[in-house]
Amino acid sequence: MELLFASAVGLLTACGIYLILRRRSFPVIIGLSLLSYAVNLFLFASGRLAVNRPPLLHEGAAGYTDPIPQALVLTAIVISFGMTAVIVMIALSDHLTSRDDRVDAPAGGAADDGVEAPAAQEDAR
Amino acid sequence: MSLFLIAALPFLGAVLPALLVRASRNAAAGTAAGATALALIGVLTHAPAVMRGEVPMARAPWVPSLGLNANLMLDGLGLLFALLILGIGLLIILYARFYLTRRDPMGKFYALLLLFQGAMLGIVLSDNILMLLIFWELTSLSSFLLIGYWNHLPEGRQGARMALTVTGAGGLAMIAGALLLGQAAGSMELSDIIARREAVQASELYLPALILILAGCFAKSAQFPFHFWLPHAMAAPTPVSAYLHSATMVKAGLFLMARLWPALAGTDAWFLLAASVGLITMVLGAVTALFKDDLKGLLAYSTVSHLGLVTFLLGLGTPAGAVAAVFHIINHATFKAALFMTAGIVDHETGTRDIRRLGGLAAFMPVTFLIGAVAALSMAGVPPLNGFLSKEMMLHEAAHTAWLGSELALPVLAGLAALFSAAYSFRFVAHVFLGKPRLAHAEPPHDPVVWFWLPPAILASLTVLIGLFPQSMAGELVRAAAGAVTAGAAPEIKLKLWHGVNEALMISAAALAGGAAALALHGPLARVWAVVAPPAAKRAFDALVGAATAAARRLTDALHDGDFGRSAAIFSVFAAGLGAWAWTAGGAAPLGAFPAALGPTPPIPLIGWVCLVTATLTLTALHRHRLLALVLIGVTGLMVSLTFSYFSAPDLALTQISVEVVSIILLLLALNFMPRETPRESSAARRARDLAAAAAAGLGVGAAIYAILVGDFAFAPISEFHLANSKTGGGGENVVNVILVDFRGFDTFGEITVLGIAAVLIYALTETIMAGPVRARLLNRRPAEPQAGDAHPMMMVVATRVLMPIALTVAVYIFLRGHNAPGGGFIAGLIVSVAFVMQYMASGFSWAAARQRYPYHAFIGLGVLVAAATGMGAWFNGKPFLTSDFGYVKLPGLEKFELATAALFDLGVFLTVLGAVLLALESLARYAWRPNIASAHPMDIDPTRDEAAQREEGR
Repeated sequence: MELLFASAVGLLTACGIYLILRRRSFPVIIGLSLLSYAVNLFLFASGRLAVNRPPLLHEGAAGYTDPIPQALVLTAIVISFGMTAVIVMIALSDHLTSRDDRVDAPAGGAADDGVEAPAAQEDAR
Repeated sequence: MSLFLIAALPFLGAVLPALLVRASRNAAAGTAAGATALALIGVLTHAPAVMRGEVPMARAPWVPSLGLNANLMLDGLGLLFALLILGIGLLIILYARFYLTRRDPMGKFYALLLLFQGAMLGIVLSDNILMLLIFWELTSLSSFLLIGYWNHLPEGRQGARMALTVTGAGGLAMIAGALLLGQAAGSMELSDIIARREAVQASELYLPALILILAGCFAKSAQFPFHFWLPHAMAAPTPVSAYLHSATMVKAGLFLMARLWPALAGTDAWFLLAASVGLITMVLGAVTALFKDDLKGLLAYSTVSHLGLVTFLLGLGTPAGAVAAVFHIINHATFKAALFMTAGIVDHETGTRDIRRLGGLAAFMPVTFLIGAVAALSMAGVPPLNGFLSKEMMLHEAAHTAWLGSELALPVLAGLAALFSAAYSFRFVAHVFLGKPRLAHAEPPHDPVVWFWLPPAILASLTVLIGLFPQSMAGELVRAAAGAVTAGAAPEIKLKLWHGVNEALMISAAALAGGAAALALHGPLARVWAVVAPPAAKRAFDALVGAATAAARRLTDALHDGDFGRSAAIFSVFAAGLGAWAWTAGGAAPLGAFPAALGPTPPIPLIGWVCLVTATLTLTALHRHRLLALVLIGVTGLMVSLTFSYFSAPDLALTQISVEVVSIILLLLALNFMPRETPRESSAARRARDLAAAAAAGLGVGAAIYAILVGDFAFAPISEFHLANSKTGGGGENVVNVILVDFRGFDTFGEITVLGIAAVLIYALTETIMAGPVRARLLNRRPAEPQAGDAHPMMMVVATRVLMPIALTVAVYIFLRGHNAPGGGFIAGLIVSVAFVMQYMASGFSWAAARQRYPYHAFIGLGVLVAAATGMGAWFNGKPFLTSDFGYVKLPGLEKFELATAALFDLGVFLTVLGAVLLALESLARYAWRPNIASAHPMDIDPTRDEAAQREEGR
């Protein structure tokens, strides 16, 4: 069973990383989501796996699984939603302003790009 | 008045002018003056005790493990500086009210001035060297803002930047030096450090600490070779110059040298460094000042020179030198502030500060002339003014000290500095106020209103009074301050005007005569100076900054060529390699050691695994079809959620599945504006490279988690405590929820804040984009494919309307039971979000937005506030932040139920999550919004669009 879990986490990581290495923003976002699953499962499993032992206190329980990784992962899930939303928004803004959804900065002018774009917008206003 | 309150008053006062400036300019100035005056009164109430030799203290531990304590003390030296900072600050506030014009934002000015004042006051009151460093940096930052106050002027911005660079770099040296000093002395409390002179000076850290601290002080106090920033800081408004460069900012370096004098002074290294640098600065500044044609430039270099004088006196390391230094700090503050203010009045009334264009102003502005002349003569060292007294003390010390093996060098150089000092002071009077008028005035200049010249007049009369009656005016203060500087070793002093005919008096007389002669020869001398003058330090500074910027850019370009994939691949492989290295090098628990391993796999998880693997692999293979990728990632997310559920984590399963829904909706909305397909553009080699990097990372992560799962714990888990105390201490049976809202409530508080910030960021991004040209392009956009004729299908609209109350009821149930069963604020917030989003999807954005009365920002803000208020509620019970409490209530007709403050905190979580999710989705949806598609009826069928779609197909 542990091998099954570990292989799933490894696969999610590998697929996530492969997609992150693509050149367009959409696959990168999907890849980040896959990677978030992998990281959340990883953190969750650091408390070891247990079946039918939820950390809900009641009489006659055989035992409880570790609740701390669960609490950490719960907020991590919500935060990774926030992160995904921000990245989606940045990707979308970039696509709409530059009509291009590549994630690579043009060679040489990596730093200047972001500085000039808002100024140009202000002029247009 | 408590020292804490005194130190806090300027900061509290800084808020008021910024808020009150809409009321009136007088209100802004009045509140600033009020806060300063209150602090001044507070300091004065302590003055008698300090004069008696007591040291009032206020102590509060802050981070005691680091040696950082909020300890304040007020000794003689602190009292002297506090009086200067607050007293002159009060005069500056009055002066600035009439100096600034209507175009200058006055609230901002006073807010920054008080911020700076608070930082300075913090430096002189600190008893903890780490806290002193914090205030030290704060003075650098706030003076940057003050010098750059006129940020529309390039000189203002450049001068401010230079001041920040130099004093900030000095601040870094100072931090290192102060930490070394703390190590050497074994304490971070200044009162301890200065009592451990032997330990400090015997330590091998002494020399590095001394060099670093002096570098910081020299940078701050504009000592050679860091002196060049000060003249460029003259681009600031004159009240700022008068404040920063007479009594405060540049005196901070001197203050610290004086403060650490008992611990550091008296060694050869101290004498060689401080006395030499002070001497060079004193001479160089005085000579340069004579040839500056800008009034403020002249005063700036004279300030540099006088600061050098004080550094020199402190550097001598003798108690008598310390007394003279303290006395000169007072005298310099009075005449220099008055002179800067006079220069400001001249500039204000005539419109120029160029000495070559001024002249003969005495006839037009007699009062200003009188003030300027008295202050300038004091600076020249003419008896019976106060500048004369301290300069005599300096010359006396110089005449009796050998330097670099020579008995004669010091008196000659000090006399030379005094000569040029007299010359530029005379020039300030003669070329501005005497002689013939050189400026053609349409309207002759005149003395300003009384409130404008009153502050410098007060200071000028002080120079006379201190000069005539030194012992009664300043004797006690000098004694108390010098006693603090020398840790009680100061000689019994009696300040007096006449010491009889001695070497100092003769040097002084020669210097005054020489000064007058140098002024008479000013024209020829200036021509010589134009040839021999040292090159401008600004050019060297600019070249240095330019070279550093270029080097940084080259390095960045070399490391990162703009290809995101390349750096991400390098990062992945590097991380995997690091993991492999750690695996082979470290001692991990042996595999198979975990006692409760799960054993063989039952069929249900196996099916789930097959689903997850198939979906993920298909997704990766077919990721170019973006819509299909979204469907498949939904499957993966569902399987992850089921995994949580299977392995005893019901809360996680619920959270994951509701987050999954909103994430997919978010991505769908975004996909609406993006290409539907990803083009194939990577070469086979690149794909192989990426595949290898991904495989390495995947194998590494898989192996790591496998090793963790079958290995035993390296340390005993801490969860036993949480399981044992959840019910008894937190009042809840759902341990995960109790951890979130109670044990680790502060984490959760931070996390909901982050979530709220992320949502607001998304909103701000949308606003920016929609304000630009993109909006027009979006409005003119033609959909890529024909849209469904039925925009709001009746079945869906009806179903979502019916589901809404049910969803809300479920959310309330999930929320309420959260403390004892799976659920809670996070999950309830997500469920309500989904219920709302369904309305948007079924009935349209316009319909839903019209029925949405409260902005989602308010939900976020309210949520964070509710959580914070719940946490602060514990204070009223005398408990720390976020301590929770609970009790059981029995209402008639209901079962006994529990009331916990944690539930209120969870309500804050709920509100924030709801607001953040909906604000993010609503922002995205606004891209699609068009002004003319608001349908009167949410369940509409648009026949025109149907026909258009048919025509498209028929073509």
